[in-house]
Amino acid sequence: MSDDPFEAIKVTFFQECSELLGDLETNLLALENGEGDIETINAVFRAVHSVKGGAGAFGLEDLVRFAHVFETLMDELRSGRKECDDVTIKTLLRASDVLADHIGAAQGVAPPVDAARSAGLVAELEVLTHGQAAAAAAAAPVAAAADEDDFGFTPLTLDLADFGAPVELPSLELPSLELPSLDLPDLAALTSAPLAAPSAAGWRIVFRPHPRLYASANDVSLLLRELTRLGQTSVELDASGLPSLEALEAEDAHLIWTIVLTGDVSEAAVRDVFDFVEMDCDLSITALGGAPASVEADLPPLPVLDAAPAEPEFDIAALLAKAAAPVEAPAPAPVVAAPEPAVVAAQAPVAAPAAPAPKPVAPAAPAAAAPSSPAAVAPVTIRVDLDRVDRLINVVGELVIQQAMLAQRVMESGLARSSDIALGLEDLELLTRDIQDSVMAIRAQPVKSVFQRMPRLVREVAEMTGKRVRLVTAGEDTEVDKTVVERLAEPITHMLRNAIDHGLESPEEREAAGKPAEGTVRLAALHRSGRIVIEISDDGKGINRPRVRGIAVDRGLIAEDAVLTDDEVDNLIFLPGFSTAETVTDVSGRGVGMDVVRRSIQALGGRISISSNPGKGSTFTLSLPLTLAVLDGMVVSAAEQTLVAPLSAIVESLTPRVEDIHHVGGHDAVIRFRDEFVPMVDVGRVMGFRDDATTLTGGVVMIVETEAGSRAALLVDAINGQRQVVIKSLETHYRHVDGVSAATILGDGSVALILDIDALVTAGRRKSNRPELKMAS
Amino acid sequence: MTEVTSNVAGTDRELIAFRIGEQEFCVDIMNVREIRGWTPATPLPRSPSYMKGVINLRGIVLPIIDLGARFGLATAEPTARHVIMVAHIGKRLVGLLVDAVSDIVQLTDSTIQPTPDVASDHVKTFVKGIFAVEGGRMISLIDLEHVLPAESEAEAA
Repeated sequence: MSDDPFEAIKVTFFQECSELLGDLETNLLALENGEGDIETINAVFRAVHSVKGGAGAFGLEDLVRFAHVFETLMDELRSGRKECDDVTIKTLLRASDVLADHIGAAQGVAPPVDAARSAGLVAELEVLTHGQAAAAAAAAPVAAAADEDDFGFTPLTLDLADFGAPVELPSLELPSLELPSLDLPDLAALTSAPLAAPSAAGWRIVFRPHPRLYASANDVSLLLRELTRLGQTSVELDASGLPSLEALEAEDAHLIWTIVLTGDVSEAAVRDVFDFVEMDCDLSITALGGAPASVEADLPPLPVLDAAPAEPEFDIAALLAKAAAPVEAPAPAPVVAAPEPAVVAAQAPVAAPAAPAPKPVAPAAPAAAAPSSPAAVAPVTIRVDLDRVDRLINVVGELVIQQAMLAQRVMESGLARSSDIALGLEDLELLTRDIQDSVMAIRAQPVKSVFQRMPRLVREVAEMTGKRVRLVTAGEDTEVDKTVVERLAEPITHMLRNAIDHGLESPEEREAAGKPAEGTVRLAALHRSGRIVIEISDDGKGINRPRVRGIAVDRGLIAEDAVLTDDEVDNLIFLPGFSTAETVTDVSGRGVGMDVVRRSIQALGGRISISSNPGKGSTFTLSLPLTLAVLDGMVVSAAEQTLVAPLSAIVESLTPRVEDIHHVGGHDAVIRFRDEFVPMVDVGRVMGFRDDATTLTGGVVMIVETEAGSRAALLVDAINGQRQVVIKSLETHYRHVDGVSAATILGDGSVALILDIDALVTAGRRKSNRPELKMAS
Repeated sequence: MTEVTSNVAGTDRELIAFRIGEQEFCVDIMNVREIRGWTPATPLPRSPSYMKGVINLRGIVLPIIDLGARFGLATAEPTARHVIMVAHIGKRLVGLLVDAVSDIVQLTDSTIQPTPDVASDHVKTFVKGIFAVEGGRMISLIDLEHVLPAESEAEAA
């Protein structure tokens, strides 16, 4: 296998990891809220197990080790041997954070995991798994293991039978084998005569894959090949369970393999081969010519889940009888001989790898497989490369433009509105819009992916600040374009930190104020008039208006005698350089607080506001466009050029009156706008489309607000109306052009530039005296 | 339009020849995606004079470079008879405004001669080499990499 496909698989693995982490967190939170049941615990177990499985395949040792400890505790929980109490869940949540760190580190997108933190959690998990004493012993020499009365250690005595490789076992194999499945006589027999189970003789392995094994894209032939590497093998296939072709359900599993492996091989080595499929098969490993080395071969989950263990299904004697005339095959042959039906059975799941949760199937051994099938039918999804979607969106954008051009031409040709062509065009227009909406919907994603990251943040900030916080989320399924989802995380993170750090009081303060010690932060998303609105509210102390005002005066942000409404005072916190934190904490308060949030939101074409109720808490509301691929713009013309101004920046537009315009020096002019003098920017001139300073009264003025909050008056010749435009980057084929944020294509097929208001205002200020920007050509 | 010249031994390369004024230039045919007529471009502010602006090429915002102006030759306002060659430069797609496309030329690399020192003007920056074709014509091979303005150049103009 070359490096490339392997890398591709790895990428898929990490994609799956992030999904699994999301599930993990969701389920753990459900448990925390008391909504979980045994299926929730199972889901958590499966998620961790899958991470471990994949990580093992890629040799990500640290990740495997951590996931393993995590998995072991989950196993205790789902078996009911361990109570799922609050302490455990809190630990599990923190463990999931560290697991995410490990995955991030393995992926190379995050710094290496804090070893102490990881080790600390491993210790905590082990304490929870084994109890105090056992955990200590786990770290201690394995010699003591036989004396322990608890689970997990006895299988070690089996491993001692093979003196070859006991070292790696304590960390990986040991806890996954279970005492309860071993009855004492066997144990006694094995411990007293460990060498009596001669590893040299070999093993008889009965292997019956469940449909899930195939669904996880495992390949039996590879497992068999793995076994042939261990020693001489003879493989027999029992296809008697195979139904007739008409009755064959492609995704079922019907085949049983019996492998006789001879050679000096330890049981652990054999088990290693099946390590990642153990969950998804019935496996029995018997020492050749001896008593079963381990009486019960199923993984721990099975005895717990299955009322009727899978054992009776595998009457070894019966299988041996069938094996009476085994086909002796040369070592590589089993792979080739892996018979047709197996391939058929394996192909269907492989062909649909994008649906990782297969539909529950009716397996040949219902008792064994049914409980491990996912309970809910997962929505059928496919994974598509984002580039392909973007290409589709681009093409549809062109289609829309082409359609508009066509319509315009037909109108110009003077055809009657009721003509067949005009009517057909109308239908085409509707269809085109439909297609555009559907295509945009492909890229729409629920904000869940961002919201899911927040509980962790809240936990960490709460820990750092010593506050008790409960995060309530709502509207996770609200969908926005992927381009927006990706950029929501930062402002939300910032505002949540602020809400906890500045908004919420300490538990003592809260109790003194008659509130519950645990503060509540609510994070909600909703659609409102074609935009997405994110609300972050806390039930803390609210904004201390006199203090905010005092600080603003101190920093020279407002005049001492300024008359401000409560709302205006609240919104002072968005001013650059304003930070109310008395001490600079790790959490927030570096003086780059809310103004940074506001700027990053405005850069997305959004707005943010705050409302506060002293003593009751504050609510931040931010509204954003649903997509960044489309912009609400005002089409204007200046010096015979058509330009688009982003609507979000425009405060108001007006026809200037001569008496409102005042000149300051040469060409610099200001306009009086509601008792405020706003600098005027002649767009045509600043953009270099004309040199002469025309009269400032002929056109229309748009009052715009820059991201920094300052205002300017853009002078244009005319305003042609408002429309949605598709954003096309200039950088793709050319470069960034100052004063222009992007381009778009108008209905007539011509290109119009989208104004970069901030750059324009700055340029206008700098160069208003000199028409120095030359027009192209 | 002249005849296709194909009698050069070892047809290693195919080139598209085009005219700017009286001079003939060519670029590798593999770099040219399509050839289309001139359509008015939307001017870009703060751009060098040879940047004619951008046009809509089926949804792509395509920058147009006036090659003649870029080479420092005399140019006139483009008309409908002018031609835009849509070419790949690296990962970018640009439109090159020329007077007319004249020929498809095949030649081996060995027939290319280095640009003589006499061509000391601006053009030399963009010419990889020259070669002769039938009829005593001389064609200059253009190095497209240098055609797009460098960062500093665009700012200065």
